[in-house]
Amino acid sequence: MNKQTQIINVVGAGILGLWQAYKLAKEGFTVRLYEKSSLPFEASSSRLAGAMLAPFCEAEASEQHLIPHAQRSLEIWRESPFSVFMHGTLIVASPRDRAELRAFEKRTKGHQRIEAKEICKLEPVLEDRFQEALFYKDEAHLAPRPVMQALLEALIELNVDVHFDFEGKRAPADFEIDTRGMGAKEALPDLRPVRGEMAVVTLNDFSLSRPVRLLHPRMPCYIVPWPDRQFMIGASVIESDDTGPVSVRSALELLGAAFSVHPGFGEAKILELSAGTRPSLPDNIPKIFIDGTNIIVNGAYRHGFLLAPLLADHVSSYIKEERCEGMFFE
Amino acid sequence: MSKPSFSLYGTQLSSRLLLGSALYPSPRALQGAVKSSGTQIVTLSLRRESAQDSSASDFWGLIQTLDVNLLPNTAGCRTAKEAITTALMGRELFDTKWVKLEVIANDDTLQPDLFGLVEATKELSAQGFQVFPYTTEDLGAAEKLLGAGAEILMPWGSPIGTGRGLMNPYALKTMRNYFPKVPLIIDAGIGAPSHASSAMEMGYDAILLNTAIAKAGDPGRMGQAFKLAIEAGRLAYEALMIEERDMAQPSTPVAGTPFFDLETR
Repeated sequence: MNKQTQIINVVGAGILGLWQAYKLAKEGFTVRLYEKSSLPFEASSSRLAGAMLAPFCEAEASEQHLIPHAQRSLEIWRESPFSVFMHGTLIVASPRDRAELRAFEKRTKGHQRIEAKEICKLEPVLEDRFQEALFYKDEAHLAPRPVMQALLEALIELNVDVHFDFEGKRAPADFEIDTRGMGAKEALPDLRPVRGEMAVVTLNDFSLSRPVRLLHPRMPCYIVPWPDRQFMIGASVIESDDTGPVSVRSALELLGAAFSVHPGFGEAKILELSAGTRPSLPDNIPKIFIDGTNIIVNGAYRHGFLLAPLLADHVSSYIKEERCEGMFFE
Repeated sequence: MSKPSFSLYGTQLSSRLLLGSALYPSPRALQGAVKSSGTQIVTLSLRRESAQDSSASDFWGLIQTLDVNLLPNTAGCRTAKEAITTALMGRELFDTKWVKLEVIANDDTLQPDLFGLVEATKELSAQGFQVFPYTTEDLGAAEKLLGAGAEILMPWGSPIGTGRGLMNPYALKTMRNYFPKVPLIIDAGIGAPSHASSAMEMGYDAILLNTAIAKAGDPGRMGQAFKLAIEAGRLAYEALMIEERDMAQPSTPVAGTPFFDLETR
């Protein structure tokens, strides 16, 4: 069948759905994107993501064999027109938590151990804050909300039929790809929510070039530089279906951890404290479920931004060539 | 190999490992570790993983499918009152009288607050709970805990999550000898399977751990390592180990064997 005549419905406009629609539209398919929320990204967990593209650091709490896939996905991001900052990741810990740094070093690859002088060269604001750090030079980050907006604009440019505030019956299509996250719970009984809480603060006269992760036995955190002097501070990982507001305890821990990275954060203004849940499967690795022309992509957990391009590629190869190769197919 | 069972509050068990359910890379990894370690008791934290919108989170549901005894814990509670409230929640959610009671004195060392612990043990025992108190090797506190209704004691090896093993073997041996009939479980601080073995060789009844398996490079294989180490330690204890000596004693007598060095020629 001619591609142009094949119609594909993508359901859900989080990062998985946006990338999926983008990939297929670029390849010449006729694509429709359906999203339940009326405002773009309002109900999506992607909105709360740290969007660190960190194949090595993420493997610390995940599976090592994910690394080459994550690296491939990062390559696709870099080849895309969207802004990806290839500045690496910095991992720090206070002197008394040196054991955490050693453990992280042992459990991950792709890093070098650096000392105060080099830390200061990479992030001048961190002068004299830390004696040693781990630097992962081949990692990247992006600004999730602007990039999602850019993806949406690219879709409109590519004539994708975008429907927000849509809950009715979708027009018939040759394939339907469900990327609804927790919205697909009834189709995936194993899917579970993992709560995450984050803060966005703004701070003048302070800049970071890359995500900084603080290791701590009880309150680890990461700080991701966002545009306009904003910093995203994240994120708790709690096995809970609670989608309610951020707890005082989590706020204290997140903001306290950021303050311990640099006391300058004491003067920062809090723009947002948000909480949501990450759709997760039992092994915390995303999966592609195929049932003929119905495809479900779900379980992105902490890896939505990192793996979205690769998952979209896999689904596209299935649609074009019926190929189901790779660890993500179920 | 025969594995005589032992009992905790009347529940017969063959595995002497109690496993914590936090910090695993994924629920799947936890399932793997439960299987490979052969544990029959899994502890779970109520305070942090709180479900508000439904009676139990999916994570709890997943743990309930593991076919093990659940031991709700009060991890992170700072006062007796807070621990009691959490324990009541655990009883309601998991329909069990068991509670692993932690009352934490401070966040830096996560030491047990022995005063709060005794207070909470008394109250919970009165309410029909079967308490597993996380305590130190302090014998005075231990007596008070037993007096308050606990029938099991769980002294620390070293502070939670440190993986430093048995920091005070002398005191732990004393405790074992002082309470020969009370089930004693080493809770916290175990890093290596050899730590668990040492405690079992001393005659401790069981080991409770979490981080050592959850944060291992391969939790499944580490679970098996601990299973074997704990079994080995217990077996050694039951088989009566030899005493340490200051002088060497050859295992084959040398006197009267005129050509004992012939074989090496």
